[in-house]
Amino acid sequence: MIAKKPSVEEKEITCIVCPTGCSIHVKRLEDGTLSIEGNQCKRGYDYAETEFIEPKRILATTIRIEMAKVPLVPVRTDEPVPKEKLDEILDFLANIKVKAPVNCGDVLVEHVLGLDANIIATRTLGVDTCDKIACEI
Amino acid sequence: MLQRETDVAIIGGGPAGLAAAVEARNHGCDVLIIERDDSLGGILQQCIHPGFGLHEFDDELAGPEYAQRYIDVVENGGIDVLTNTMVLEITPTKDLYAISENGVINIISKSIVLAMGCRERTRGAIKIPGYRPTGVYTAGLAQRFVNIEGFMPGTEFVILGSGDIGMIMARRLTWEGATVHGVVEIQPYPSGLIRNKVQCLDDYNIPLYLSHTVVRVHGKDRVTGITISKVDENWKMIPGTEKFINCDTLLLSVGLIPENEITKKAGAALSRTNGPVVNQFLSTTINGIFACGNVLQVHDLVDNVAVEAKKAGKLAALYSKGVQVPTSMEKQIVRVSPGNGVGYVIPNVINLDVKEEFIEKAGSMRFSLRVRKPMQDIYIKMRSGQKELYKKFHRYVRPSEMIIFKIKESIKDFLEGLDIDTPIEVYVEPKNKQPGKRERD
Amino acid sequence: MLHDFAIIGAGVTGTAIARELSKYRLNVVVIEKLSDVATETSKANSGIVHAGYAAPEDSLKAEMNVLGNPLFDDICKELYIPFERVGSFVVGVAGDNFDFLEKELQNGLERGIPGIEIIKDVNLIKKMEPRITDDVEMVLHAPSAGIISPFGLAIALAESATINGVEFHYNSPVQNIEDMGNFYIIDCPTRSFQARHIVNAAGLFADEISRMAGDFSFTISPRKGEYLLLDKMEGFINHVLFPVPTKKSKGILVSPTIDGNIFLGPNAKDQESKIDNSTTIYGLEEVVQGGRKIVPSIPLKETITNFAGLRAVSDTNDFIIRASDNKPRLFHAAGIQSPGLSSCLAIAKRIIEIIKEGGVSLELKDNFYRSREKPIVFKELNWTERDQLIKEDPAFGNIVCRCETITEGEIVQSITRPNGARTVDGIKFRTRAGMGRCQGGFCTPKVIKILSRELDLEEDEIVKREARTKYFYGHTKDFRRHKDATA
Repeated sequence: MIAKKPSVEEKEITCIVCPTGCSIHVKRLEDGTLSIEGNQCKRGYDYAETEFIEPKRILATTIRIEMAKVPLVPVRTDEPVPKEKLDEILDFLANIKVKAPVNCGDVLVEHVLGLDANIIATRTLGVDTCDKIACEI
Repeated sequence: MLQRETDVAIIGGGPAGLAAAVEARNHGCDVLIIERDDSLGGILQQCIHPGFGLHEFDDELAGPEYAQRYIDVVENGGIDVLTNTMVLEITPTKDLYAISENGVINIISKSIVLAMGCRERTRGAIKIPGYRPTGVYTAGLAQRFVNIEGFMPGTEFVILGSGDIGMIMARRLTWEGATVHGVVEIQPYPSGLIRNKVQCLDDYNIPLYLSHTVVRVHGKDRVTGITISKVDENWKMIPGTEKFINCDTLLLSVGLIPENEITKKAGAALSRTNGPVVNQFLSTTINGIFACGNVLQVHDLVDNVAVEAKKAGKLAALYSKGVQVPTSMEKQIVRVSPGNGVGYVIPNVINLDVKEEFIEKAGSMRFSLRVRKPMQDIYIKMRSGQKELYKKFHRYVRPSEMIIFKIKESIKDFLEGLDIDTPIEVYVEPKNKQPGKRERD
Repeated sequence: MLHDFAIIGAGVTGTAIARELSKYRLNVVVIEKLSDVATETSKANSGIVHAGYAAPEDSLKAEMNVLGNPLFDDICKELYIPFERVGSFVVGVAGDNFDFLEKELQNGLERGIPGIEIIKDVNLIKKMEPRITDDVEMVLHAPSAGIISPFGLAIALAESATINGVEFHYNSPVQNIEDMGNFYIIDCPTRSFQARHIVNAAGLFADEISRMAGDFSFTISPRKGEYLLLDKMEGFINHVLFPVPTKKSKGILVSPTIDGNIFLGPNAKDQESKIDNSTTIYGLEEVVQGGRKIVPSIPLKETITNFAGLRAVSDTNDFIIRASDNKPRLFHAAGIQSPGLSSCLAIAKRIIEIIKEGGVSLELKDNFYRSREKPIVFKELNWTERDQLIKEDPAFGNIVCRCETITEGEIVQSITRPNGARTVDGIKFRTRAGMGRCQGGFCTPKVIKILSRELDLEEDEIVKREARTKYFYGHTKDFRRHKDATA
């Protein structure tokens, strides 16, 4: 489902630091150092380097919630997590449920899958026990 | 019928309305936000992806989180809010009529900020032929289903239009376990931000079909597939390039349109892009009615909405306090027109007859625009006749990103340098311009 | 139970006949293949009540049109159906066959069509219709032509019939008809009906119904017409505008709708399929080109949707309104193509006459309800009335469809009325929620919620039209949860 971390030792990376969108070529040389070409600035260089070594992403999704006016609470990781772990985190989050009330910023899962990132709520949802159909029409 | 009085009435409690409200309150006004949904935040509540507030809060917030920061300020700042209340009419005399489950509310305010946002362009608007089954949704509606209502509107998707919502939904659906077979874009370049193309499509090997469009929807009851085709530079399909893609759902991310039905009814003039005509003070053609956010122009980043909305909130507050803010209807105005390569420019007009003490209060002179196509090594220039008013080099510009600039010189000098009979033109000029040869698009 | 009459098909013809029969002491059932009234040919047409000069001489089309047109005023008043006699123009431009217009005028005068005239004063034409093409030289003006919502008409007729005791059964495609001697058994997938008489108002499929009953006397073939619908533009054009027809085509018209939108269309293309109501690139282009000929400034960027309808064309090219020649107790109202909408009220009356002629004794009820409860249309009320209404029922204070200003109260009303809505499209066609410029982008989730509450169904059981038009494939998270379960 999610693109595997390439085993190849070189990669074409589109920079997202600014609108220019440079195409940066990164290659691991025999001595283990990286050759980075095509960037037009230092920020592009840094971006390409991280993206080549260990690409990370903020994951934002939802978790099922009970007793709230909506069935889902939006959440995200508070730190970027390795791209290759996203699938596993998503599977994990699909299978858990929380209960209202939840406050924006609450940690809902600490160190998800043992990573250095927590899952935090991004919306405040109070207890709302009204009939689910009557809500939010 | 209930009656309410306030200094500043703000129509819409999304990002623009919230920012405008906070600013107007900071200027000492009684402020009332009128929001049709049951909570504040507007479209941000369903935009659960990160990336909001990078400029404003120096953080990559999710949409609801960004909204929450403002909601906290609103709730603690003595700003009145009416939720589940929809404004149906602004009379030409600036009376507001809204309804809620309590009845009709007549709101009398000294000034009004329009912050109603925009709506999505639909299938009909872009004339896709074929059947009319279930399974054709705008990307924003699908986003609401998946993120808020908790339903999956399909299993196998194709997305038409590489606008930001479309690309973000491609990733969102993939994350929920659905399959996205491709994003189809009629332009030869993605129409959303590069960041979204990389992180929402490339990351998941979702194909982006550039210079392609959907030429037929299949399936009488439910979508069973779509046919896409390559198009030429005039967006005409090229026969023989058709390709069938199996899917049960087609999402449309083909543009947003400012929602100005009540603005029109109030008698304010609208521009070609469907936003109200405004001057440098974001005043519409009606005294005391200001506009900001996506109701004025469709923005790329919520941070830019906030900047614009704060300005509108401030000027609405000044107006409520008796300062005569010129409207975009007055006599001493000069038109700002989009020239070569530029789609539109806000403000649409500039008032020349501005009292000096007001210039100071009103703050900076800010222009925003979008280019028509991606270009490299160009100048964005502004001129009045032969007189150059502004010039800046850009290595790369794209239609997906707003270009915003401010007048650096004194505004007084700037205004004095304008001629009422000569429209201002904002245009693109290539860096290595051949003399006498002008690029046309 | 044995019904006196089974009407097959709930289009404008079937519902008009149902209402007419409901005036008598009879037990009537309407059997409809799809999920609601007016879901096929009656849904996708021009919505025009023609003046009646155009149909060929000595045709049933002409007779029914001329008789049918004047019947609209009373019934629309009785049943609160919006209807307006805006009048029509046939627009003659240089190069057109003007003799044709003169001939149509003669037809009109002979048929007693009120007010029909030729206008040659271009200034006057321009004054009446400012956006008409500058090439206009004369127009044939028929002031009695009107505009109506065809599904609005069918919905009102069906509601009136329901109030007067007619039963409607939807999602019931007839699969077999058996003549039991003095009654028919009509088989549908989930149940069968028994009826002494059958009225065949099955539109595109009227020939198949006829054959099932053992009458092979006619065939129906479909002719597609494609349309573009534009946003509301009050006053953009004032009349129904037809071009002068050529040998090849009847031409694309431009017309206001009763709800204030503008439409262009239809083209005309014969086809084999009775199912294929898809629009095509070439068809829509033809519609655009045709529309521009009469109104060059038509703002296509205001387009909100496109659709196609199939006309039911009989092999005689005329209406078939008669008792079956070889089967007893079977009556046809078939081949009802244009001017079918204009004719439907007259057709219903004619069917009653034919039934009576056939020796069936019909006895009028003494408690026929002519009217129905006036539908509340929030948009049409003033602020004081709106305030009062919300105080009586807070659901009218909740706007569900913002393009058309439709409240929750109106949605609930459309569900709870006799023969009420059961689907999202049912609500759309009864209230206009979802019919505006955003095409349901904002209101669909709300409409689904209200339907699920009122019908006591789960939200993922709600359909747009028929059973195969569900909106959802389970809940968010399901795909990954199931993946985990099977892993």
